[in-house]
Amino acid sequence: MPTADNSQGERPNYLNKEYGVGSWLLTTDHKRIALLYLISITFFFFIGGFFALLIRLELLTPAGDLVQADTYNKLFTQHGQVMVFFFLIPSIPAVLGNFLVPMMVGAKDLAFPRVNLLSWYLYIIGGIMMLHCLLTGGVDTGWTFYTPFSTAFSNTKVIEAGLAIFVAGFSSILTGLNFIVTIHRMRAPGMTWSRLPLFIWAHYATSIIQILGTPVIAITLVLVLAERALHLGIFDPKLGGDPLLFQHLFWFYSHPAVYIMILPSMGVVTEIIACFSRKRIFGYSFVALSSIAIAVFGFLVWAHHMFVAGISVYAALVFSILSYAVAVPSAVKVFNWTATLYKGSIHYDAPMLYAFGFLGLFTMGGLTGLFLAALGVNVHVHDTYFVIAHFHYIMVGGAVMGYLGGMHFWWPKISGKLYPEGWARLAALIVFIGFNLTFFPQFILGYVGMPRRYYQYPPEYQVLNVLSTAGATILGVGYLLPMIYFLWSMRYGKPAPANPWNAAGLEWQTPSPPPTFNFDEEPVVTWEAYNYDELDAPRKEEVPVAR
Amino acid sequence: MPDSSTAAAVHGEAHAETHNPALLHHFATEEQQRDASNLGMWIFLATEVMFFGGLFCAYLIYRLKYFGDFAAASTSIDAALGGTNTAVLICSSLTVVIAIWAAQRSRRALMIAMLVLTMLFGLTFLGIKGVEYRDKFVEHHVPGSSFSFEHEEIPGHPGEYANPQHAQIFFALYFIMTGLHALHMVVGLGIFTWLLWMAWKGRFTPDYHTPLEIGGLYWHFVDIIWIYLFPLLYLIDRHR
Amino acid sequence: MSEDSTSGHSKSSSLTTYFAVWIALLAGTLLTYEAAKVDLGVFNAAVALIIATTKALLVALFFMHLRHASEKLLKLVVISTLFFLLILLALSMADYGTRAWS
Repeated sequence: MPTADNSQGERPNYLNKEYGVGSWLLTTDHKRIALLYLISITFFFFIGGFFALLIRLELLTPAGDLVQADTYNKLFTQHGQVMVFFFLIPSIPAVLGNFLVPMMVGAKDLAFPRVNLLSWYLYIIGGIMMLHCLLTGGVDTGWTFYTPFSTAFSNTKVIEAGLAIFVAGFSSILTGLNFIVTIHRMRAPGMTWSRLPLFIWAHYATSIIQILGTPVIAITLVLVLAERALHLGIFDPKLGGDPLLFQHLFWFYSHPAVYIMILPSMGVVTEIIACFSRKRIFGYSFVALSSIAIAVFGFLVWAHHMFVAGISVYAALVFSILSYAVAVPSAVKVFNWTATLYKGSIHYDAPMLYAFGFLGLFTMGGLTGLFLAALGVNVHVHDTYFVIAHFHYIMVGGAVMGYLGGMHFWWPKISGKLYPEGWARLAALIVFIGFNLTFFPQFILGYVGMPRRYYQYPPEYQVLNVLSTAGATILGVGYLLPMIYFLWSMRYGKPAPANPWNAAGLEWQTPSPPPTFNFDEEPVVTWEAYNYDELDAPRKEEVPVAR
Repeated sequence: MPDSSTAAAVHGEAHAETHNPALLHHFATEEQQRDASNLGMWIFLATEVMFFGGLFCAYLIYRLKYFGDFAAASTSIDAALGGTNTAVLICSSLTVVIAIWAAQRSRRALMIAMLVLTMLFGLTFLGIKGVEYRDKFVEHHVPGSSFSFEHEEIPGHPGEYANPQHAQIFFALYFIMTGLHALHMVVGLGIFTWLLWMAWKGRFTPDYHTPLEIGGLYWHFVDIIWIYLFPLLYLIDRHR
Repeated sequence: MSEDSTSGHSKSSSLTTYFAVWIALLAGTLLTYEAAKVDLGVFNAAVALIIATTKALLVALFFMHLRHASEKLLKLVVISTLFFLLILLALSMADYGTRAWS
């Protein structure tokens, strides 16, 4: 067996089992596929971040002086499309989910390892198509592709972007399919549903959404592309079509999609909070069922994106009430996390700092969602920076913080190395400060009337915009730091023990990094989830049995 | 930490039982593998239901909105051919289940005959579809620059003519829905070609014919989609 | 023709059942075709859909072996999917159906 670079005389694990490009590009090992995804989504994160940088630079000044209006349209469109479809939607499921789901249930791999590899290739093909689109003209319709602009008027590469997303969508569907079958069929003996880590419940709920929602945007994109190519009239009012039909079909997926983005992050945060409070999660079944409830209710609220688009006011009332209902399971989780922290033994390692950040920022984002669900308020703040701030609080303050927290928490397991804790805590702090400075001013900007998707604005909005751009720069630094020290740790980091955090969960009972088939022997589970009381119990001496 | 010799012993024990070469290593038993494949295909079919579902949603909304125009357009497609195609697919579903029945009883010749018959029915379906599409092309009912639907009466409303733009929406949905369905048939034929090859090679036994079962599920699903497409597209207001 | 359980497969019907279902499906097709020619007013669409749904159920339960599925899980998958499809149709119609009211 080829020896590793370092002098450790390493035990065989999934990283050193085989070397060579072929062994990675043709792997069916879920852990290697997770790393393939990690590299790819990080790449697209840079691309999406690059567009964000240009947007914030333009918005430093009230005049539209950095780019032309048409170019600015491309910037925010492409920022959204790349970040949503090529970073956020895959992120936690494709990286942490792929790596951990089999291990957490006690399996050797996912149910369909070759389908897993296929899902990565579909993502890459979609990604290459999107890159090509970006490099040869881009797309300017807004990430939402609204018709009839996208079908009849835009002069940009709508068809190519739509196809790229169509292909990437199948990657998402296959990942969800794999997770559901794995969780149902591959659990180790004794791993009952109520002993599963809540990370698994979260990914199960996410997978339901991926399965049922993504095909609808797939067919919607097909209709848009057909309409654009053949002038069919399905969405064109001049030909008898209804532009709102597009919006209904688009948002039927795209609203549940935001739950694809947040649920896995909630799962990560649950694991972290339990570990760094040294406590069972308060209200396990409530948290588990609320994940499912979020998935179900998430499908019932889509037209709250269309309150001022021209839908009937009676429909708007129905969707408004349902949108209030969907907040309840999320709130249940926040209460349960808080109750878990109460009287816990809190440790402030980097993953926990990200979890704390998540708690505060997700709560703010979620509450502002309720503002938007109220019809009267919505009329005032729709299409303003209020909306942008709301969803960035959830997607960045929530989902990305969870992603970073999870990457730190499981990095020792994934890489076999420890990251530098001091730098990690600093980075978490920088991210938190940078994030709030970027996006809090945007709530105010939106409330006082600055529209979204505009590249110029009245001078009285400049101060808040400058603050936001400054925050974005700090946030960028905060994101770069982990990339640097994670890479550094792969070569120079201290070797990680199997369970550096003394955490609960089957994944911590294998070496770091794990062997290719995860477990040397099939685990048999006889303990409940989050058995921190047992893990932290002081070692007892053998006591002779009293007569 | 258990060493690899234990793992080998456990693995060896598993091998001591009948070890079908089709059993993949990450599964503990053949039954687990079969159950997983079955569940996987059903979930895939769920995604297909939602995929077509978006089209059914668009169709529903426009049919209600432009009922007369849709009825006029619907009368111009051949319901007899559509009905025949429905019967063809129903027969093909029967031959699929008989093929599986045969596999369960090691009746190789019957299984292969049924698979061939299934594919012939599938090709017949596509042939009839081709005839229909050609008719539509000749009549200028294909959406696009050469579309024409002038002076077509709305059934039951003599003297009222269908709005060509609304009729074009019908035909757009007709072609997209039946076209997508036909594409799924073509994929199905590809799958069955592979199943036929496997059957010919003797890969299927009463203990193992999972690919047949899940290929069959896919085929039946394509049949079910057509069972809905036929009345919705071909039979709007035919009583006038 | 034997009934269930051949070598580890718990789901199977007899050939008689399959042929019976096949006849029922063909009869349903003919019925749909003929019923469309009769004026039932607003019920034409309902009848067509009811027959189609019956045929689909026959295919799912007997040809796709859903009837003999060992767990409730597969039926749950089907029911959930149909539920969400109905949500798409029904809540969209909540908009389109009520636009004229304002």
